[in-house]
Amino acid sequence: MSANTTTYSAGILEAFHYLLSNYPEVFAFGQGLWSPWYVGDTMKDLDVVYGKDRVMDSPVSELACTGAAVGASLFGYRPIVIHPRMDFMILATDQIVNQAAKWSHMFGGQVHPGVTIRAIVNRGGEQGAQHSQALHAWYAHIPGLRVVMPATAADARDLLVASVLCDDPVLYIDDRWLYSQQDEIGPVRELDLSQEGPQVLRQGSDVTLVGSSYSTLRCSRAAEELESHGISAEIVDLRVVNPLKHEQVAESVRKTGRLLAVDGGWQTCGLAGEVLAGCVERLSPKSFKSRPTRLTLPDAPAPTSKYLEIDYYGGVPGETDHLPVVEAVRRLVAAGD
Amino acid sequence: MTASVSNALGTLSDASSYTGPLDIADSSPALLHSQLRMMLLIRYCEEAIGTLVEQRLALCPCHLGIGQEAIAVGVAAALTSDDRVFGTHRSHTQFLAMGGSVRELMAEVLGKADGCSKGMGGSMHLYDPAHGFHGSVPIVGATVPLAVGAALAAQKDKRGACAAAFFGDGAAEEGVVHECLNLCAVYKLPLLFVCENNLFSSHLHIDLRQPSNSIARYADAHCVPNAVIDGNDVVNVNRVASEAVAAMRQGSGPFFLEAVTYRWRGHVGHREDTDVGVQRKDDLVKWKDRDPVGRLAAAMKSGGWLADEDYETMKSGVRTEVSDAVEYAMQAPYPAAEQLLGPVYSGWSAA
Ligand SMILES: Cc1ncc(C[n+]2csc(CCOP(=O)(O)OP(=O)(O)O)c2C)c(N)n1
Ligand SMILES: [Mg+2]
Repeated sequence: MSANTTTYSAGILEAFHYLLSNYPEVFAFGQGLWSPWYVGDTMKDLDVVYGKDRVMDSPVSELACTGAAVGASLFGYRPIVIHPRMDFMILATDQIVNQAAKWSHMFGGQVHPGVTIRAIVNRGGEQGAQHSQALHAWYAHIPGLRVVMPATAADARDLLVASVLCDDPVLYIDDRWLYSQQDEIGPVRELDLSQEGPQVLRQGSDVTLVGSSYSTLRCSRAAEELESHGISAEIVDLRVVNPLKHEQVAESVRKTGRLLAVDGGWQTCGLAGEVLAGCVERLSPKSFKSRPTRLTLPDAPAPTSKYLEIDYYGGVPGETDHLPVVEAVRRLVAAGD
Repeated sequence: MTASVSNALGTLSDASSYTGPLDIADSSPALLHSQLRMMLLIRYCEEAIGTLVEQRLALCPCHLGIGQEAIAVGVAAALTSDDRVFGTHRSHTQFLAMGGSVRELMAEVLGKADGCSKGMGGSMHLYDPAHGFHGSVPIVGATVPLAVGAALAAQKDKRGACAAAFFGDGAAEEGVVHECLNLCAVYKLPLLFVCENNLFSSHLHIDLRQPSNSIARYADAHCVPNAVIDGNDVVNVNRVASEAVAAMRQGSGPFFLEAVTYRWRGHVGHREDTDVGVQRKDDLVKWKDRDPVGRLAAAMKSGGWLADEDYETMKSGVRTEVSDAVEYAMQAPYPAAEQLLGPVYSGWSAA
């Protein structure tokens, strides 16, 4: 198997090329698809290669465009509707939550809207409260909607392919803070999304760090630093946050005895709390050497001022924002001793 | 109701107008017979469902389309099972008009496994793709964008199919309908917008909700060709729909049909709604003279196309079909327990 060095954003672009060239029923629809301004390099020149009728830039109508993609998916197509910011996708929530996620169940399993909804999280840069949200926990609450959050370039590519080839509605969320992340990756693999779930990205013995998407990267950086403190961290990358398969996390914690769930969303009713609950329910209290803990955004909208942004995100992204993870783990280990 | 409201519908909204027999001069007797029978079938089904509601055998919310039969029947007669129809909370009419099974409808309304949605939908969630009926749901306006997607798929398929979105005058107050008009206009999608303007959104008359009582003005605003017609005239509904659909199949883009009508029963359930204080008693009496079924039957009789005794035979045949279906549905089984979790995701099928 030949491996190439690829970035996360190039992985997404490769997935689009793979899908559009191998599957005539795939088309992409959404705002800004003909402009790198909206979607970065992740869809560069796709309209030129595959035509503007398969890569359709759309009017500013999130709800109707998402509904149209869901509708087309009922007639043999595998549309990918793109929301360049997850904040804008809130306007499409009826079609995602009330329609796509319910369609199979409501009609007794006779039909499945195989639509993929791609939402981009784009934080920082003083963009503020309405251009920065990571709302995965909201959507992961919805039965019938698969929610995918890749952390690596390989997953960015292969889980996008798997999302589009899956017969269920899938919300695929990528984070711009990961776009320059590099990985060695082999040829595209067609995975069955229903079989995918959390994976151990790094083995360790003292603590289990659980993340998804950009939070996983924070965990990885923290794990390297923790090594110098003599702490061996295991990292479980969730990858698919609905339906959430708790077993992999529980298995890791059974071994390490400590759990820190890290999430880029808010705390209340959030993903980190769900990870903790899933683990606590599965393990005996005796398996824990310290109390399971979570690290999330503070429960406040994102600020604009860069000074407040640094506090809000727990440091400078890619430079110091792994330090709160390091600190939290050190406290956990100290508490348990 | 208030002086500032524009009565753009004119006599179309006046209950005393359009009460005479339909003009059937250019129609084919066979087509009229089948349309009359279908309207009767819908009416008797709705009456039977009303009785099931009254008897508390049907427990789900049921929105009956008695009085509105002509729109579904006239439009459906212009479509085939390759076309893609989407409905609303009030869609027994369209389900049946497209050829849906009476037994499956009754079973669905009673929550039985033999229903068109396997007993998972009830009255408000109907599904019958084999006859071109691709779903009705009760989120007002929600199926319109789905129909846009069906039309987009049809345009990509290039096989001349089209989509039809049924919705009410109330749904036109939802923003998504306007987004959809724009999308269809800009992409020239083969979507027939069918607005069943029955002048009410549950208890509230259109004059208290909009500054004009005609919905087609929104189609004008989005450059979508349109027609505003008497929705209780199946002949005219069918003529206008057929012309629009024929053009759509040639790539002419969307069309907006506003069909003015009136529902005889309350917003939901079996009763007329005057008992809950809705001020429409006098109008309702008059609208019953504008009966879509009676006016077609009268025209066919006076044209010599329908003998009294044949009409009686037709009626009793339909009554038997409906009562057989109710009996069948009463006997049908409830969904199995596995159906609660099974169909959440793909990869599962009923045993
Ligand atoms: C999004 C949404 N808002 C409100 C309702 C409550 N509701 C149910 S039916 C209805 C009336 C809709 O009126 P119209 O579209 O004219 O249809 P009709 O009942 O007259 O056939 C309303 C407001 C709903 N089901 N969905
Ligand atoms: Mg209405």
